[in-house]
Amino acid sequence: MRYLPLTSSDRQLMLDKIGVRHVDDLFRDVPADDLNPDIDLPRRKTEMEVERYLSKMAAKNIAAGSVPFFVGGGAYKHHVPATVDHMIQRGEFLTAYTPYQPEIAQGTLQYIFEFQTQVAQLTGMDVANASMYDGSTATAEAVMMARRVTRKKRAVVAGGLHPHYRAVVETTTQFTDDEIIALQAQPADAAAELQAVIDSIDETTSCVVVQNPTITGHVLDLRPLAEAAHAQKALLIVVVTEVVSLGLVMSPGEMGADIVVGEGQSIGNGLNFGGPYVGLFATNQKYVRQMPGRLCGETVDADGKRGFVLTLSTREQHIRREKATSNICTNSSLCSLAFTVHMTLLGEKGLREVAKVNHHKAQQLKAAMAAIERVEVLNDTFFNEITIRLPKDATVVVEGLAAKGILAGIPMARLTPNAGMDDLLIMAATETVTEDDIEALAAALKELVQ
Amino acid sequence: MLKFSEDHEWMLIENGIATIGITDHAQSALGDIVFVELPEVGASFNKGDDAAVVESVKAASEVFAPLSGDITAINDVLEGEPGTVNSSPMDDGWFFKMTVADTSELEGFMDEAAYGEFVAGLE
Repeated sequence: MRYLPLTSSDRQLMLDKIGVRHVDDLFRDVPADDLNPDIDLPRRKTEMEVERYLSKMAAKNIAAGSVPFFVGGGAYKHHVPATVDHMIQRGEFLTAYTPYQPEIAQGTLQYIFEFQTQVAQLTGMDVANASMYDGSTATAEAVMMARRVTRKKRAVVAGGLHPHYRAVVETTTQFTDDEIIALQAQPADAAAELQAVIDSIDETTSCVVVQNPTITGHVLDLRPLAEAAHAQKALLIVVVTEVVSLGLVMSPGEMGADIVVGEGQSIGNGLNFGGPYVGLFATNQKYVRQMPGRLCGETVDADGKRGFVLTLSTREQHIRREKATSNICTNSSLCSLAFTVHMTLLGEKGLREVAKVNHHKAQQLKAAMAAIERVEVLNDTFFNEITIRLPKDATVVVEGLAAKGILAGIPMARLTPNAGMDDLLIMAATETVTEDDIEALAAALKELVQ
Repeated sequence: MLKFSEDHEWMLIENGIATIGITDHAQSALGDIVFVELPEVGASFNKGDDAAVVESVKAASEVFAPLSGDITAINDVLEGEPGTVNSSPMDDGWFFKMTVADTSELEGFMDEAAYGEFVAGLE
């Protein structure tokens, strides 16, 4: 039985109210061919036939774990211990979703509270929320929050921000009052890229958005930028797409950030074909009421026992309707649980160790690339990711290497087409990369560029 | 001159400046007030604009500018001690002061007795 809460007269009443004749009229902006496309599927196949067909299709993929793998750019292949998967599948925890009758789920609220504590400590901020959808949507929320805090609307976006993040910020803010000033990427000159942000700040600036390490892998000292932003009463938003870097790099909070957003996928979560991921969002105490999303707090019950609650819900849309702080009233519960479990297993010392191994592997990768004639490494600073300049089109090189069973990285032109960066390749080396992987990559690349 | 609005705000007009707050009935309906967001001094509002936010454990509501004018002062005490609105809504718990751009806007507001009847009619 289908449960349909509305009768046809209910629907007619609503259509009459907004002056629309038919439900289909609400979808007329969608091209008809896209609304109900013809899908070329056979009328019937047996389950076994379908299984075999799909297995064949799946075999066309090269699985990240099966080959030398140097792809990063906002999604990183790290080792996730089997314990994480075991813990998150326990019946007490397993839900993709945010608690809507929160206080009966004390276990869920406790891990959210611990997640928030971990994120706040990692980012060097006072307070973090229960998580967002992913790093890019968290970035867009941060820009809108800066407008609410500063009552200014001009956001300056650094050239080193992941182009997909910039695109999400631009899409999300196209119907808000925010004005986005997006600067050019300068992969070969991180100092100039940062200086361009400083030079773009004026008294109308609500915030500057800067990624660290940048999309091309450079690690930045953001203290001068914090000073320049604060001098004009603008907020510094720091984006971290590789959260493992916080095991070694000075935290954004220590460098003067007002809002830190990030992608938490690196801890506890697999690549998952690009999602679901888990957005991180942290800020300082004085801005907590302007922070989007759910927030879990610690309190005591009527008997004085420790307990957990969802707090500051009065800001959210189920109470404040259209005046809500943000339309985000949810979180990525299961992914943030995986983050929390993995981070708990690692501890501070373990995270530092993982971060050191990542940097060490990237140093080996950098040395191997620099040793190849006609290949130039653009980074003076880096964490686990570098950008190299090739003597030919990077997309062609990546395809050539993939044919040899090596996934070498992301051509910059794939992220920023038509920007004259066709010869740049972004490569990451996490703890999962072996010395044999780097040797195989170097040998194959040498052949291709000679 | 003390006036009251149907939105449960009070305004005390002295020397062309209106002091604005929420009434005892409003604070009691909201419950424990945990946060007050105030406008900036110098900000201009038209009658009916959102000027401040008052947040209790149950709800968050707007405080409207009951008149058109510019903000001349805000009650900083409320930022640290929002509960002042509960303990002294008509006195220490004032929200902001503003100029009165158009005195004709004062017409139509209630005096204390009329507001008392208005509230009694709600219960």
